[in-house]
Amino acid sequence: MHVLVHDNGFHPDDLGPVEFFTLDRLARGVESPVPLMLESDVDPAELPVYFPWISAIRIRFPSFDDGRGFSLAVRLRQLGYQGRLGATGHLISDQYPQARRSGFDEVVIDELMAVRQPEPHWLAKSAWKSGDYQRHLLRSG
Amino acid sequence: MYRYNEFDADFVRTRVAEFRSQVERRIGGALTEEEFKPLRLKNGLYLQLHAYMLRVAIPYGTLDSRQMRQLARIAETWDKGYGHFTTRQNIQFNWPKLADVPDILDALADVSMHAIQTSGNCIRNVTADHFAGAAEDEIEDPRPTAELLRQWSTDHPEFQYLPRKFKIAISGSPTDRAVTRAHDIGIRSIRNDADESGYEILVGGGLGRTPMIGKVIREFLPRQDLLPYIEAILRVYNLHGRRDNKYKARIKILVHETGLDELRGQVENEFTARKRCFPGVDSRLLSDMEAGFAPPQFLSLETAQTERRLASDAGFRSWCDTNVSGHRHPGYSIVTISLKPVGGTPGDATADQMRVLADLAATLAHDEIRVSHEQNIILPHVPRARLPEIHDRLKEAGLASANIGLLSDIIACPGMDYCALATARSIPIAQEISRRFDRLRLERRIGPLKIKISGCINACGHHHVAHIGILGLDRAGVENYQITLGGDATETAAIGRRVGPGFSAEQLVPALERLLDAYLALRLTADETFLDCYRRLGEAPFKAALYPDGLRQAA
Repeated sequence: MHVLVHDNGFHPDDLGPVEFFTLDRLARGVESPVPLMLESDVDPAELPVYFPWISAIRIRFPSFDDGRGFSLAVRLRQLGYQGRLGATGHLISDQYPQARRSGFDEVVIDELMAVRQPEPHWLAKSAWKSGDYQRHLLRSG
Repeated sequence: MYRYNEFDADFVRTRVAEFRSQVERRIGGALTEEEFKPLRLKNGLYLQLHAYMLRVAIPYGTLDSRQMRQLARIAETWDKGYGHFTTRQNIQFNWPKLADVPDILDALADVSMHAIQTSGNCIRNVTADHFAGAAEDEIEDPRPTAELLRQWSTDHPEFQYLPRKFKIAISGSPTDRAVTRAHDIGIRSIRNDADESGYEILVGGGLGRTPMIGKVIREFLPRQDLLPYIEAILRVYNLHGRRDNKYKARIKILVHETGLDELRGQVENEFTARKRCFPGVDSRLLSDMEAGFAPPQFLSLETAQTERRLASDAGFRSWCDTNVSGHRHPGYSIVTISLKPVGGTPGDATADQMRVLADLAATLAHDEIRVSHEQNIILPHVPRARLPEIHDRLKEAGLASANIGLLSDIIACPGMDYCALATARSIPIAQEISRRFDRLRLERRIGPLKIKISGCINACGHHHVAHIGILGLDRAGVENYQITLGGDATETAAIGRRVGPGFSAEQLVPALERLLDAYLALRLTADETFLDCYRRLGEAPFKAALYPDGLRQAA
């Protein structure tokens, strides 16, 4: 079972039992919106036409030190995706603010990680809006 | 100097607390060694050959006396009483204990300093022209832009886990003292035909095992587009840079494999998309950054005494010839203080010397200090009237070597003496070269010459862009030194060419002697520099001097 990490701590993965679609399968047509799993090497440019048919997206991080997923998330948001977006695979608690600032709604970790880095470690990173240089620099309003 | 606002000050404090927690979680097992490594690297902590090394950022090489005194205190309290200034305008402490590092970071935060992103696969400390704000030919001071980039790149959520490290350098002068053409991104301030100020953007330069000169990706970028454009380059690199081979992971390889035009198209697309939702930088913050680098209140002092001293004291005159440069303000000079005494370690300064530098800056030179990528210290704003006093006090402190731009002003990486990657010694070679040519009394006759030494193929000593580059390798357990000729780090940047087989440590200095003897015999006039002479004649006569008995003999 996977664990969802939100700003207020751990939650059971409500999408856990659901089957995620690959982009190829989604492209072959679906009848109602489905959850989509994206690998880190995908080009999201072709995704917008499918947005109405996507109920949630998860981007898989092959390793915590492979940062492509952060840029992919930024790109998806830039393309207008407003739905649920999760980062899954190998991520550590120190990356929670980076995931949130890049446009992810949640981080999905496995049970082993949830034991090694328990909820308090992630809660300690939940104030991801403070100390954000990029936002601080921008003209507001 | 730019002063931290409340946000900056809070940020560095919070960052220290975060690193303390990371160290604790590593010890407790919550973080594996593999996971801890990039976290400690992003906080400047390296594991070297014998110990940890802490690399402290000196953003764009600018600091004041209070900060320099704190570096001296750190060297004495937590290290062995000295520090090492590096080719990226940083300072490295070679012997800190892991448990002390959070305290050192707190001591840095006390003086508005940090060690953030001085290592790791992220955007590194932005470097800039060390004569910024003082150079005669400057179009604009690059430091407000460098500070903007420092803030923007700090903990940028997207770019903390890039394929490889990413280095940005910026110059505001036509004369390139910041090696902008050998950086992942080089930025040069320019004005367009309509006299608007903006930037020329270079991409894909770099040294290492595949040296490349940066290429112009944007001829003119309006000032206000800088962040979205740089972000676009980084996003394309983060998504498409190679992650399968660390030696092919720098952006220069992406530029090479993708092709500049194709990459430019990708960047422009990304830039257009980003710009659409970019609200611009807060103008209040921008003007604070500009104000932070306002010129000092220049003084008008009588210089007759300095002129008399120049006429009467050959030692002082010779120091002024090499170590003093023209300043944009009348009656002022830029003083470069050599950290390259004969037989010394290039870039090292003791805590006492740091305090002397701090005192001189505070009392005589508008409290500004710079670190150059050539591992020297600069007082950028010195009234000419005070040159004699500065010279004399430097001399007392063993800091008056009159060799800037000459043979013994060598860049050397730490090499086998400190570095875990090194394949050969680098510092002892620099020491031997400076001692040998000091005995021969040839340095002044030879004139302007850039020798740079790297102790392995990663080229931290910039040997590719040296007039005479030296690369130390390991050949079956024996040090072997290759020589490259004709490199250039300036606006006429070039990668040096290897002329033939390498030399053993014992053969190397005699080979350099033959090379420079040949140059002295070949030059048209005393004003023709080694580099000019090499460019005029090509490598043949120099190769003949290096290998008098043919190529076989040296191998």
